[in-house]
Amino acid sequence: MSANTAVVERYRNSFLKEVEANVEEGQWVKMCMQCGVCSGSCPLGPAWDHPPQEIFMMIRAGKRDEVLTSSSMWMCTSCYNCIVRCPRELPITHIMHGLANYAHRLGIAPKNQPTRKFAKLFWDNLSKKGRVNELKLGIALYFMNGLVSGIKTALKMAPLGINMVKTKRMSPMEYFGGHGIKDTKGLHAILKKAREIEAAKMQKF
Amino acid sequence: MADVKIGAYICKGCGIGDRLDTKQLAQVATRDAKAHVVREHDFLCNADGVKMIQNDIDSEGVNRVAICACSRRAKTEAFRFEGVAMTRANLREGVIWVRPATDEAQETTQEMADDYIRMAVTETKFMTLPQGSEKATYNRHILVVGGGISGMTAAVEAAKTGYPVILIEKTGTLGGSAGKAWRRIPQKAPYANPEDTGVAALIKAIEGNSQIKVHLNSTLTKTSGAPGRFAVDITTESGSTTTENVGAIIQASGYTEYDASKLTEFSYGKAKNVVTQAELDAMAKAANGAPLKNKDGKEIKSVAFVQCAGQRSTKEGHLNYCSGHCCLDSVKQAMYFKDANPAIDTNIIYTDLRTPGAGGEDFYRSGQNKGVTFTKGQVNEVTTDGTVKFKDLILNEDTEEKADLVVLATGMVPNSGVDIEVVKQDEPGQWKSNNESVLNLDYRQGKDIPLLKQGFNDSHFICFPYETRRTGIYTCGPVRRPMDMEQAMEDATGAALKAIQAVENAGQGRAAHPRSGDLSFPSFRREGCTQCKRCTVECPFGAIDEDEQRFPVFNEARCRRCGTCMGACPVRVISFENYSVDTVGQQLKNIDIPDEFSEKPRILVLACENDAYPALDMAAMRKIEYSAFARVIPVRCLGSVNTIWLTDALNSGYDGVVLMGCQKGDNYQCHFVKGSEMAHYRMSKVNDTLTTLNLETERVATYEVAITDIERAPQLINDMAATVEKVGMSPFKF
Repeated sequence: MSANTAVVERYRNSFLKEVEANVEEGQWVKMCMQCGVCSGSCPLGPAWDHPPQEIFMMIRAGKRDEVLTSSSMWMCTSCYNCIVRCPRELPITHIMHGLANYAHRLGIAPKNQPTRKFAKLFWDNLSKKGRVNELKLGIALYFMNGLVSGIKTALKMAPLGINMVKTKRMSPMEYFGGHGIKDTKGLHAILKKAREIEAAKMQKF
Repeated sequence: MADVKIGAYICKGCGIGDRLDTKQLAQVATRDAKAHVVREHDFLCNADGVKMIQNDIDSEGVNRVAICACSRRAKTEAFRFEGVAMTRANLREGVIWVRPATDEAQETTQEMADDYIRMAVTETKFMTLPQGSEKATYNRHILVVGGGISGMTAAVEAAKTGYPVILIEKTGTLGGSAGKAWRRIPQKAPYANPEDTGVAALIKAIEGNSQIKVHLNSTLTKTSGAPGRFAVDITTESGSTTTENVGAIIQASGYTEYDASKLTEFSYGKAKNVVTQAELDAMAKAANGAPLKNKDGKEIKSVAFVQCAGQRSTKEGHLNYCSGHCCLDSVKQAMYFKDANPAIDTNIIYTDLRTPGAGGEDFYRSGQNKGVTFTKGQVNEVTTDGTVKFKDLILNEDTEEKADLVVLATGMVPNSGVDIEVVKQDEPGQWKSNNESVLNLDYRQGKDIPLLKQGFNDSHFICFPYETRRTGIYTCGPVRRPMDMEQAMEDATGAALKAIQAVENAGQGRAAHPRSGDLSFPSFRREGCTQCKRCTVECPFGAIDEDEQRFPVFNEARCRRCGTCMGACPVRVISFENYSVDTVGQQLKNIDIPDEFSEKPRILVLACENDAYPALDMAAMRKIEYSAFARVIPVRCLGSVNTIWLTDALNSGYDGVVLMGCQKGDNYQCHFVKGSEMAHYRMSKVNDTLTTLNLETERVATYEVAITDIERAPQLINDMAATVEKVGMSPFKF
């Protein structure tokens, strides 16, 4: 049984309860009073399939698949306009990220959503050595959409890279290993523990 | 009657002395108006000026006083003299503040002031000092009709203040609608949980109070009399009647829940698990804290609340208003389930959630915190198996939800008795009580209090909420407008205070709101009366009955002194001691009317003293100018304007007449409710008079003026001046 079907079984019809239990700041969803200020304040609002107000309503209406597979929460740029303006003081930005993260954990978030891809690259890069390896992250981004477009972008950016090396702004040797924090092992242990806590929390509800 | 001795006192303060020739004013008062004593003073409202007047009253025998200074609305504390009839000539707000201080304007400004002196002195000639009613009766008992939460609160509050109360209740127990509820919307911080209704405590307070006499299973079968001397017949179910005398009445007859069986689309009556809010509260009360079960004994796991069931709707037979309490009551009821078992799903389907009151929003939030869900949607149908079909208004889609119990938030229908517009009063001598009626008044105009909108009793929502069109009878609670328990309790307290005021005023023969304290009252010359009944029909307060010969019978304690009867009387036999057809009619006849070729027209302005006159005063304070040809006379209410004044004015050569009353109609601002409406109606017929006189109809204009129309009111006068310029001077100048 996949992670997704397991939670479906557990919560049956109540998606709201599922969100409350598993999504970061999810306990706030029920406090929305449907005024729509968040949707009206979002600078990217028109680009969202479902603006935050609708997402909250869909959660209450039990539209689990539509919400979790939606690309909407991934569109949030963390500008915090909605949080500042929400009359009920809901941490809307955090809830959006929480929902995105939850969908990702369940493995049902939209596969080719660029924000999601970037987030994954960033996290994988960072969690390895505790520091972001900018060279590796940059090159990984060039190739995010496939080999051909990756080579094209790399060639386009090559002169800039060479200049940066010349002026000692970048070391090509970073690509091979690169430097990290002192206690990488400790970091990995911390992250492992955090994942365990998260999993236990999900199990509990 | 003692000899008339008029004193005219001309003030020179506030710039009056600089702007006007007061010597000439004094001459006008003596020579033209024939005042007996005329004095000028530099500062009339100071102690010395007041002493001068008092001295004349005491030693010179002055018994009519014309204060020629500022507006009658200013310095009322200083100019208060016992035992004399008094009026004011408005030289400050009425003349110098509305006219420019230029040499060209000087002549017309002085003429304006001269006329106001003539008018004031003439008015005092026709005034007498109000003596008060001989029939004034002092009865401290207050009758409360209805033993619900409003009635009980009113009774307790009145009794606390030391006034004995008689409380009558139709059913066998006190409590009313509130008594059938399990809990109420919280009234105290943190507004998080339903509270005890407080009904039991109120009943205990009433039973333990020797000042409150309770009649259960009783109704009113006759109410007669007036404030201070109401006689009420209280009849029990078994038919025995007792008569009590009371000073004032509070009607707290409450509401009936809207008949949900009219809502066939919601399967009410067909489906067992569709109930109204009141029924759910009754179920909760019966369960007394035990888990609620459906009628078929099954456990309830999900509840859907349908808000605005049959209300806020324009459909035939529905209520088109909001009942105000249902949203929060649904939150409260959802908590009955959530507090007992958080696993029970409760969904409130609303179109607009309204949470009145200080704690309303907190209670809503508390409901959300407890997991009550709120869905913005329009319910179209409830099937017999409990499926609620609705349109989700956020997601814009038709959807449905199945619930074990469906609760309909139906509205409040007021128990306001009979509609006196529909059910006419019995003929004199043939009066019979009506079972449908709450008060069974024997008044000429009908058995209950007039209705305003949607069957609710009349009351001005903002300015004078407890007043009704029946003096000494005050309504409170949902019979007045839809409300929840907290508002009803507050309302009842207010009504109790109004009833106490009425008792005290009636005891001294004084008028109630809005001419509170007025001792004058209308009387009529019987020989002149043609028994046309117009006064008895048009009195907005039902103060006038008819005797068996169809002559009017004035009940002064019921009268609000607006003078609508005086304005209505075609033979002009109705008058007040200090306000009559003559006090105004002689004023307007005694001004100086320059001839047709002088280019000095005259415009008569009859302005309601409640709103239009203050608006003109305020315009004056802001130095907004208006035509020097206007002569403004304040009237108690535009309803008191008798058409003879217009005829007289036009006959004596006025070029235009402007009438300013308050807003009329359903959203009235008229302090006498119907006065302005009556005046507008009468004035709509004045064109005939104008045509007979061969005058242009534009010469008379009637307006609704609000107290805030500070710029508009002077503009209306200027408009008339422009009209006169256009149509030319009146040919009736002598």
